[in-house]
Amino acid sequence: MKQNPPIALALRGVSKRFDRPAVDALDLTVYGGEFYVLVGPNGAGKTTTLRMVVGLLRPDAGSICIEGVDALADPVAAKQVTAWLSDEPMIYDKLTPYEYLEFVAGLWRIEPATAEARARDLIGWLGLEPHAHERCEGFSKGMRQKVALAGALVHDPKLIILDEPLTGLDAGTARQVKNVLRERVRAGGTVIMTTHILEVAERMADRIGVIAGGRLIAEGTLEDLRRQTGKGATSLEDTFLALVAEEVVAA
Amino acid sequence: MSQPASLTWLAGHEFRLGWRDWTSLMTAGGRTRARTATIALIAFAAFMHVFGFWTVASYANADLESETSALVGITGSLLLSWSLLLSQAMESVTRAFYSRSDLDLILTSPASARKVFAVRMGRIAGAAVAIAVLLAAPFINVLAFLGGARWLAAYGVVAAMGAVATAAALALTIALFRVIGAKRTRLVAQIVAAVIGAAFVIGLQMAAIFSAGSLSRFAALQSDWMLSHAPDTHSAFWWPARAVLGDYGALAGVMMFAVVVLAASIALFSRRFGEHAVAAAGVSSAIVRHRRWSLRFRRRSPARVLRHKEWTLLLRDPWLISQTLMQILYLLPPAMLLWVTFHDHNDSFVLLIPVVVMAAGQLAGGLAWLSISGEDAPDLVATAPIGSRRILWAKIEAVIGMIAFVFAPIVAVLTLDSVFAGVVCALGILSAAAAATAIQLCFRVQARRSQFRRRQTSSRLATFAEAFSSIAWAATTALAASASWAALGTALVAFGVLGAVWLISPSRA
Repeated sequence: MKQNPPIALALRGVSKRFDRPAVDALDLTVYGGEFYVLVGPNGAGKTTTLRMVVGLLRPDAGSICIEGVDALADPVAAKQVTAWLSDEPMIYDKLTPYEYLEFVAGLWRIEPATAEARARDLIGWLGLEPHAHERCEGFSKGMRQKVALAGALVHDPKLIILDEPLTGLDAGTARQVKNVLRERVRAGGTVIMTTHILEVAERMADRIGVIAGGRLIAEGTLEDLRRQTGKGATSLEDTFLALVAEEVVAA
Repeated sequence: MSQPASLTWLAGHEFRLGWRDWTSLMTAGGRTRARTATIALIAFAAFMHVFGFWTVASYANADLESETSALVGITGSLLLSWSLLLSQAMESVTRAFYSRSDLDLILTSPASARKVFAVRMGRIAGAAVAIAVLLAAPFINVLAFLGGARWLAAYGVVAAMGAVATAAALALTIALFRVIGAKRTRLVAQIVAAVIGAAFVIGLQMAAIFSAGSLSRFAALQSDWMLSHAPDTHSAFWWPARAVLGDYGALAGVMMFAVVVLAASIALFSRRFGEHAVAAAGVSSAIVRHRRWSLRFRRRSPARVLRHKEWTLLLRDPWLISQTLMQILYLLPPAMLLWVTFHDHNDSFVLLIPVVVMAAGQLAGGLAWLSISGEDAPDLVATAPIGSRRILWAKIEAVIGMIAFVFAPIVAVLTLDSVFAGVVCALGILSAAAAATAIQLCFRVQARRSQFRRRQTSSRLATFAEAFSSIAWAATTALAASASWAALGTALVAFGVLGAVWLISPSRA
């Protein structure tokens, strides 16, 4: 009998309201070693969901469990195994990538020798070597995103959460980022990512979650989603549009 | 209606941008804030007129034209104001060079770039003139109200000073570009601006300390040496002073000089402006700093890592360095007074301590904003496995550590002469810095470090509270240093300011 892999992230009845409900009693399960992509129209609640998972927002209701740790009761333990990367890379202009990675490793209490070896590997994989000791102030968006990604990976997180990480990146940089993420999943890590680029979801995701109006309206592999629409949709784009249209009609 | 891309059309565009920039600086875009800002401005103008009445009313009807001492005094005051205007104009010119904003649009449009930059320089001059006129207005209005319309000529002199300051700032900044290049000009220009702004005041105070043993800058201007070496009263050197006193011939000469100098500098530099702006825009991508904070990763606790990061960012911030330098420069006269005091062995340190404490409070406020609110990677820090209280403490420790580093030498020197004075000064510095940091904590916002210049916009209450708190702690330490029980009263006021801040702070809501 095939056993389910361990659960990396479990959301149960998670809700968040601003001036209107942004996330509405959301249940979501992501398994260890899985590449999970959340898609949905603008304002669907994707980013709010992920920001609650990483502890940047507190949910109004529900529970969040990361790698077996109750993230609301023990946020520090949950953060120890999690990395967050947003679409707008937040790095320090006056630090070099090398210094930035040392800073991040220090925050996560990583052994200096281990962190340094990882930092060197990441700098190499992401093609940052020529700029490793330049201050980030003159870096392009792609370079900054690569530095931020290296920062997210330098503490070897079990769960990596990325919000639109490929926005504004050129093809070469986007491929480097995708390769690094694939490599992490191959090594047993879990990746949860939001994207508006449906081809990326189609190609990279083990499972796709479609979120609209703060609720998960469909979930599964691309085949599962196609079956769910049952309208002969061929691409994820068709499937996605059909699912969202159904949701709008239902609402 | 003016033709598109004509000088008047471009001037209109620049004026609109300038106006919106100013209004957003004052109101941060909020309608309620616009009302509050208007009321605050009216109150400030009223206060300045009262202050103007208090300081210059006695001169309104005096016959000053034939007195060398009056001409020296007015000229010295004009030079003092001009040095500050020059400093402000240099900062504006440097900012115009380094803010990329619409540079690409201008250079790729069919409009004459020279014309656009000429108008932009005109806008900088206009802003300098407006600031000068607004600041001088209360004093001139009081003099004109009490002494007659002849004093209104001073408006012309002040406007001319703004124009000449802009011309000089353009010349100085472009000279820096040519001599040291675009890479270094930003930092050096900011430091030069700070030094110019402070140099004249400090020079006069130094002279006053050595000649009269006081901090009054007017003591030096009225010294026998100064009066005996002043040019003849009929010299053209006194034209600005004579113009202030209502000599319309001198006023015409001063204004004509200003217009010619500004027009010549705009004509001369507008062609170069584009080249330098392009060079400045390219600096950020060309900058390579191979300095590292360590050769290898080092073992540090998260709190220490945070403190180290804060200090590194503070030390690598050219704007902050220039501001800190200015604060330190302003501490030079008190330091000299300290030296003179020790030499004479009297108790003038009572004068010195509040100056130092005030400076510490103000510097701590700026550092605390940078450290607590100006976090460029808030998500990274917030998602790190450290408690939010520990993060805040590390940032507070970074601020207090920096203040200790800057002020320790002064406290040490003071302690050598009087342990009591040293302890009081150290406690005052610590209290003022802690209070300023607490105020910034209460009013913390999420902002980028690059918004430091506009930090007052986010909360004027925080700015005023910071100033009141520093003044209260300065008064407390001065009274404590003179062993007066009244220190308890001012300390209560200082705590009262903190309590009020806590009650109205948005972070409590």
